Amino acid sequence: MVMAVEDRAADRPRSSSGELHVLAVDDSLVDRKVIERLLKISSCRVTAVESAGRALQYLGLDGEKRSAVGFDVNLILTDYSMPGMTGYELLKKIKESSTLREIPVVIMSSENIITRIDRCLEEGAEDFLLKPVKLSDVKRLKDFILKGQGEKDDGDKGSCKRMIQHDCVKSSPCDQSSTPLPCQSPPSVQPPLKRCRMLNVD
Amino acid sequence: MLHENICEKGFLDEQFVQLEELQDDDPNFVEEIATLFYRDSSRLISNIEQALEKSPLDFSKLDNYMHQLKGSTTSIGARRVKNECTQFTDYCNAGNGEGCKRTFQQLKKEHSTLKKKLEAYFQLARQIGPVETACRPK
Repeated sequence: MVMAVEDRAADRPRSSSGELHVLAVDDSLVDRKVIERLLKISSCRVTAVESAGRALQYLGLDGEKRSAVGFDVNLILTDYSMPGMTGYELLKKIKESSTLREIPVVIMSSENIITRIDRCLEEGAEDFLLKPVKLSDVKRLKDFILKGQGEKDDGDKGSCKRMIQHDCVKSSPCDQSSTPLPCQSPPSVQPPLKRCRMLNVD
Repeated sequence: MLHENICEKGFLDEQFVQLEELQDDDPNFVEEIATLFYRDSSRLISNIEQALEKSPLDFSKLDNYMHQLKGSTTSIGARRVKNECTQFTDYCNAGNGEGCKRTFQQLKKEHSTLKKKLEAYFQLARQIGPVETACRPK
């Protein structure tokens, strides 16, 4: 499933064309198809792989000499629970890589577990999406990524996450139940990304 | 009407509606997803069946299979099947083998009922064309 992408080395389309290249990682074929569709409808280019291992291969992090593969990935969207390497472990590997750590990573999971979400955000995930992922989630992600790329400012990229952590993570004691965490995001800020979705308010 | 029936009776939830809204220029999308779902879930159900015949039961393995199955049901919006998955997982976590087996029978029933309904639905959808959707958005 790893595509030959040497020919892409020449162009480094850091979304100057406005089109995001998303690497989607999920062991479920059904989910991969759905995510692919969501992304395509949102005008993103999609590379879907079935495991974290494949993802690392594609990104050139599998220990082999780094080629140009994966240079143009603007976003990594990965499932959390996968056999072998989990999405969390993939996230860590990416953030540990000096060449890839800038690529935003978003975790998806069918389970609304606060400690899991916190762990991922703390490890550097941009967002955490509860499955089933909706078109509105993808659109919001896309806007966020494109804005971040346009500004190319580290301070800005971190702001959403810090805001989330400030508003949602520390506000209530964490427990393992799936009771949604009340999220008070300041009205002036567009409800960023994931945390508020747990309220299931659509 | 078949369409209302599928959703009102709770066989499918809002996620199915979302999938239909994604069809757009690909009228076969939902049917493709349904086909993949059945292929995937049938395999998992078969695995679970085998695992349930072992003694003693390997709850961790069962939980693993069920987690995957639940994932698929969530993605397609198969609400009733998903509910059985949740029930099964509860019994699994409690180490209740009998409960698991009972729920599993129920799960298989729901799974096969949904399959028939979806098959009928897709057949009808092909006749009518892309106008009708299974569940009217609220």
